[in-house]
Amino acid sequence: MPGGGTTRTAVQPRPGRNGSGLSLIVLVFAFVASLPLLVVILSFVGGAGDVWPHLARYVLPQAFSNTLWLAAGVAIGTATIGVSLAWFVAACEFPGRRFFSWAMLLPMAMPGYVLGFAFLALFEYTGPLQGGWRQLFGSSEHFPDIGARGAAIITLTLTLYPYVYLIVREAFASQGIRGLEVARSAGFRPLQGFFRVTLPMARPWIVAGVSLAVMESLADFGTVKLFNYQTFTTAIYRAWYGLFSLQSALQLSLVLVVLVLVALLVERHLRGRARYTDPGTARQSRRIALSAGRAWSVSIFCGAILFIAFGLPAGLIVMWSIENFALEFDSGYWQLIANTLMLAGFAAMFITAVAMLLGYTVRRSPDVINRGLARVATLGYAIPGAVLAVGFFVPVAWLSRALNQLVAGDGGSIITLQSGLMVIFLAYLARFLAVAHGPVESALQRIRPSVEEAARGMGVSGLRLLGRVHLPILRPAILTAALLVFVDLMKELPITLMTRPFGWDTLAVRVFQLTTEGEWERAAMPAVAIVIAGLLPVILLTRRRY
Amino acid sequence: MLTLTEVTFRYGDDVILDAVSLSLERGQIGCILGPSGSGKTTLLRCIAGFEPVCGGEIHAGSNKLSSPSHQVPPEKRRIGMVFQDYALLPHLSTLKNVTFGLRGMSSAEKRSRALHFLQKVGLEDLAERYPHELSGGQQQRVAIARAMAPEPDLLLMDEPYSNLDLALRQTLGQEMRALLKSLGATALIATHDHHDAFAMADMTGVLNHGRLLQWDTAYRLYHRPADRFVAEFVGNGVWLPGRIATGQSVEIETGLASGSMIADWPAGTPVDVLLRPDDVVHDDDSTLTAEVVNKQFKGSEFLYELRLPSGARLLSSVPSHHNHAVGESIGIRLETDHVVVFRREIGESRGKFT
Repeated sequence: MPGGGTTRTAVQPRPGRNGSGLSLIVLVFAFVASLPLLVVILSFVGGAGDVWPHLARYVLPQAFSNTLWLAAGVAIGTATIGVSLAWFVAACEFPGRRFFSWAMLLPMAMPGYVLGFAFLALFEYTGPLQGGWRQLFGSSEHFPDIGARGAAIITLTLTLYPYVYLIVREAFASQGIRGLEVARSAGFRPLQGFFRVTLPMARPWIVAGVSLAVMESLADFGTVKLFNYQTFTTAIYRAWYGLFSLQSALQLSLVLVVLVLVALLVERHLRGRARYTDPGTARQSRRIALSAGRAWSVSIFCGAILFIAFGLPAGLIVMWSIENFALEFDSGYWQLIANTLMLAGFAAMFITAVAMLLGYTVRRSPDVINRGLARVATLGYAIPGAVLAVGFFVPVAWLSRALNQLVAGDGGSIITLQSGLMVIFLAYLARFLAVAHGPVESALQRIRPSVEEAARGMGVSGLRLLGRVHLPILRPAILTAALLVFVDLMKELPITLMTRPFGWDTLAVRVFQLTTEGEWERAAMPAVAIVIAGLLPVILLTRRRY
Repeated sequence: MLTLTEVTFRYGDDVILDAVSLSLERGQIGCILGPSGSGKTTLLRCIAGFEPVCGGEIHAGSNKLSSPSHQVPPEKRRIGMVFQDYALLPHLSTLKNVTFGLRGMSSAEKRSRALHFLQKVGLEDLAERYPHELSGGQQQRVAIARAMAPEPDLLLMDEPYSNLDLALRQTLGQEMRALLKSLGATALIATHDHHDAFAMADMTGVLNHGRLLQWDTAYRLYHRPADRFVAEFVGNGVWLPGRIATGQSVEIETGLASGSMIADWPAGTPVDVLLRPDDVVHDDDSTLTAEVVNKQFKGSEFLYELRLPSGARLLSSVPSHHNHAVGESIGIRLETDHVVVFRREIGESRGKFT
């Protein structure tokens, strides 16, 4: 959740001196983050690739319409579910409200590709649902089929609605039911009032939440691949690993990046003047007392979503894991777990350290250039992982070739940088720096400049200031940042899949491989590990008092 | 126009409103005066229809609005409400806020109606501003224009001045009354400050712990309080112990206090007598003297706190050119047109209140 809903009590630190050395650091990371974009754009300067006609004819139109359908479906789905849940929990009283208030975040822990394969297992021909259908009706002929598009939209909606729910719930909670009362005293019925006042007032937050969900759906690779739903991310993957054409992978990436930019611009526009002053904080947060029938319907609605999006799939994969544990768990698994923990662990530390460096530098010399560069450096969260994978692979491979030529002459090959950890780390950094930067930056902003000045006044400065003042204050934020990044990395699929060095399979890659072969039950065990890790940030979120 | 009969509201086991009855004529301005937590807001919310009543009935003219078995929804009541925090819709301009409640007319009509009301509150130039670009007083006036524009039968205002600074409150009270009268509004205003009520209201009710102790004119609340709480909450003064002498006078330390009195207790009944600062008049020729123990300069007058030989205290409001030092003894005289007495009960509070 890059930048999510952090409240910024901006305390502007006074500009420090000798910021130039530090500025260079910001510049470097801004360059790193924008490198894939440059590469992608330059790919068109180099002319259309040999497979471009093929792409333009057979791949692009489908990828385009599929991606747009997916984004639109997820936008409508997450908006509907997220906003209605947020309203019920924030403004109404119904049985189980306190429980659902946090439990509705649980589906966040379930990556789309895990939820997706649980659904596939349930709905496939030999699965329990179709089996039951056949027993009832004799054949599977009329078994409802929502198709790959519907399946992808529903699955991503169910894993991404918590973004909308989380952000909009906060808006509704601070807005209270006052707006609705204004509408009613102006003669509107409750439902009219909801659409005339409550929703428009919450619009900036709704747009923010939905756009996060849309960005995630544009970036999604695992889920759409699972359902064989061709979008840009899968097209990039196929161009690279199927057609072995990096050039076309880059060109497809460019189109996707343009789509992302359009989505960002649309968000800007829809958000409007985001600085709505709220109409007075709800003094007594009285909730709407629903009639018993309605209250129970709301409970059932929440319960049903929670069951479908979390309870049922979690139960299934846990059950399969237990059934298959003895068969599946061998020394190979230790290797997988070690790979995952090492890769995600080191990368999380690296990314958090960079986030610290960035936040600290901007704090020391908060001029326009540094702020701008810091924004560029954290822009990568908007760029789909598949794009970052190609976008870093190409320049690193080029660098490697150039080095070899320099050292060993034509055709010489001493090192191959692109098959090491460099590409994957760079891509991770670009994509998840914003995730770490958010908490670190808002914590840094809460340290008043007077704290530093007081420390300086007592003769504590330089590194000792960092160690004795900043780090202790920032520790919770640093841990949060590292945890969030770690969990995101554990779930991460496209970058890991496309750029991992040989032998570096992770749990997520394992789930991907097994589900590609339709081995749902065997995929359950690594999936459970990922979901358990994914619960950590959810717990973190619910412990924050909203 | 508005009639409340025995309106009762409970929240869980707490009785928030206890059999409140009052009535307001068309075109009248009423005030509900009470300390915070007395139930003022709940009373307004019951009238507006946001809270169901647990007992009693609310009528507007001949229409029954609320009873325990029947609730007209808020949107059908034709009651405008100005919320304590104004609750302007932040995403709408001033004009759009005012047209918000207008229905069944063309948008040109809405616009001209809204501008008309904005002009009435003196804000027609700020029609395109957004709420956060307005001052507190301006926001309040937009809220009033918004509530008035649909021409409701009744206007409710919850603590309209609580968010405004003192200087503004005092000028706005009179202006508000003039404005409401010019709009021909029937209004009920909740406030905790009797100055607001005095400045605006035709009728005022004092609410304490959910009970409406008195529903009366401001003058009578001050000079004919029906209850010790009303006497103490509306204005300041002192209680002096005394005994009924005749039907028209009470014997107290300073002699006989006489004036119209509502009491039919026999002579000799122990009572507490309420003396307002304006009942105690400074008179250099008087043989009765008291020592100045404290003084507050109020601009046009001093509020002296005086000590009688017995040690009892009095408050006296004296034109400010009579400047006496603390410790000085000054001549005083009682000028009691109305004598307010309550039968003295054991343990009842006495002395000064401000």
